[in-house]
Amino acid sequence: MSQTISLLVENKFGVLARIAGLFSARGYNIDSLSVAQTEDPTLSHITLVTDLEPKAFQQLLKLLDKLVDVVSVADLSNGHSVARELALLKVKADQAQRVEILKEAELFRARVIHAGIDAYIFEVTGDTGKIEAFIRLFQKYEIQEVARTGAVAMARDSRQGHAI
Amino acid sequence: MKGAEIFVQCLLQENVEVIFGHPGGVVLSIYDCLYDAPIRHILMRHEQAAAHAADGYARASGKVGVCIGTSGPGATNLVTGIATAQMDSIPIVVFTGNVPTHLIGSDAFQEADIVGITRPCTKHSYLVRRVEDLARTIKEAFYVAATGRPGPVLVDMPKDVLLAETEFDYPKTVNLRGYHPPSEGDWAQVEKAAQLLMEAKRPVIYAGGGVISSGGSAELVETAELLQAPVTTTLLGMGCFPSAHRLSLGMLGMHGTWYANTSMSHADVILAVGVRFDDRVTGRLAAFCPNAKFIHIDIDPSEINKNVQVHVPIIGDAKTVLRQLNQLLVEQCAKTTEEWQAERRAWHAQIDQWKEQYPLCYDDSDEVIKPQRLMEELSNVTDSAAIIATDVGQHQMWAAQYYRFTQPRTWLSSGGLGTMGFGFPAAIGAQMAYPDRQVVAIVGDGGFQMTMQELATAAEHRLPVKVIIMNNAFLGMVRQWQEIFFERRYSAVDLSLSPDFAKLAEAFGIVGMTVTKPAALASALREAMDLPGPVLVDVRVAQEENVYPMIPPGGAIHEMIVGEYKSPKVVHMS
Repeated sequence: MSQTISLLVENKFGVLARIAGLFSARGYNIDSLSVAQTEDPTLSHITLVTDLEPKAFQQLLKLLDKLVDVVSVADLSNGHSVARELALLKVKADQAQRVEILKEAELFRARVIHAGIDAYIFEVTGDTGKIEAFIRLFQKYEIQEVARTGAVAMARDSRQGHAI
Repeated sequence: MKGAEIFVQCLLQENVEVIFGHPGGVVLSIYDCLYDAPIRHILMRHEQAAAHAADGYARASGKVGVCIGTSGPGATNLVTGIATAQMDSIPIVVFTGNVPTHLIGSDAFQEADIVGITRPCTKHSYLVRRVEDLARTIKEAFYVAATGRPGPVLVDMPKDVLLAETEFDYPKTVNLRGYHPPSEGDWAQVEKAAQLLMEAKRPVIYAGGGVISSGGSAELVETAELLQAPVTTTLLGMGCFPSAHRLSLGMLGMHGTWYANTSMSHADVILAVGVRFDDRVTGRLAAFCPNAKFIHIDIDPSEINKNVQVHVPIIGDAKTVLRQLNQLLVEQCAKTTEEWQAERRAWHAQIDQWKEQYPLCYDDSDEVIKPQRLMEELSNVTDSAAIIATDVGQHQMWAAQYYRFTQPRTWLSSGGLGTMGFGFPAAIGAQMAYPDRQVVAIVGDGGFQMTMQELATAAEHRLPVKVIIMNNAFLGMVRQWQEIFFERRYSAVDLSLSPDFAKLAEAFGIVGMTVTKPAALASALREAMDLPGPVLVDVRVAQEENVYPMIPPGGAIHEMIVGEYKSPKVVHMS
């Protein structure tokens, strides 16, 4: 079962390497990772998705919390959280198919962010399932390139997540 | 003030008296400042030894040890010492030089990403990129190393940062948002622990290095006496409970006493303090203490439930939590029933029977020196009061079994990492902390050859450190395993072509002695202790002696091999 961890960390070099090192040293994979500065420029927010045995996951949460540069750790695997990812998708679009492609993209509320002579680039956001469904649907056209972010996630309840 | 001067001023602010190191190109500015500074710098002959010496200093004194190396190879040579300190939770601050900031990442001469290389084996580390950050960083480094679960902290300083100038302002406080070392245990949990311990019929206290690092030995003795509970210590916990105490079970684990492991196996409640349920203690986990409920006191939450499921976890400093526990136990133990007392007496009687059944023992000899006898004689000659530093292997286990430790911080040994070459430089560090105390390095002929160049350091400073080589002309523990588990196929363990160690010592300007006969042992050891300055004693011991008892790899703690003895010499720990 996949788990989502949200981390509030010092916005310094080397912090990500320390976090990634906890995983790599144990041969664990990080399925997705997204990092950006928060509204406080000295802090960064990390959303990390992994897939570990429950015991290994609990141990990893404690080890993350132990890192000096990790300010706060929140386990968002309990379902009381929202998660979004973003994908950019470049699809071949000949004159004959352009209208049809736009209609199908509309079903996913995907936006055209670039319209070329023979291709569109769409932007779509949603949970992992929606992004994957969108890509699956467009496989019947000629997908030229896909770029996806990792998930960003947040606890729904104001009392959960990071209390800073 | 220049960065290099700031470095020295920070060390003075931290009351650093001695640092162990080796100079080199990028730290020249620091060494220039040290030339006039009221800090002793000990020139070690290898950076690995500098880190071990800082570690030995810290283990013996309870203060933070400090070492320094230059960039590149100087820094990478420190890694074994850093990893050793990390595994045993020893507070050291390691300084390294680095190439100037504009050259970092260019594969410059003697450049190494030492922060990256040591990231998995430090508690925390810093690369200082601006001289303005230097003082605050050093303040944080000492704070992080010494507080919470102690450990090594690395500070990497580029050459230009050491040359740049800024105002010197040493911060008074540390502000780290993500770092909150706990101290007091949760009272509700402590109450639960007290209740469980009072209800126990067969309690055992399993105490480790955390008791020593927290300074909680006196509290531990009080807990044990209040509860009338026997105490077994881990390898790193040696000395935290007096070995002559009637409640002492000695060491537990792979080469622990049979009765300590048997008591653990029969215990109904185990109070684990400052321990981490290491695999060398637990043996096969599935069969570890099947009847016991565990109370676990540890300062590090990530140690709780890591290997063993715990019934009452208490996160906090071992000394503080033991104090809390004793506060409750004093009241409760004052009103124990006759039935309670009888149960404890029955438990002690059972343990006494086990002690008689398979005591710590060996076959002594008048022909050849038995390593166990060497340890007993050393204990006699030093009144069991020396600070003992060891490498890793057979000699380490015999020292743990047969030297009678009476005080904390007198046993300096690489437990977690099992580092050969640790003992001698660690002894040098301890001797720097306590110039007037008897410090003895007990080493094997294998491990000693990894750091024996430090004879030069000991000679230069006329340190009264004594080196006892337990010389069996083998990599002894590896040979033992090959004997038992690989049909005596002694692959790459023969050290019979080692140097004449006594002559080697003389070459360094140190008194060297060789002892071959049991009859000469006691007087030779006494002479070595009485001589001023460093002395090396090469003791030729029985070559194929094995360390027993022993849990075979993959075995459970109740499945010990106890060894066979023709006419056992029984060793009573009192």
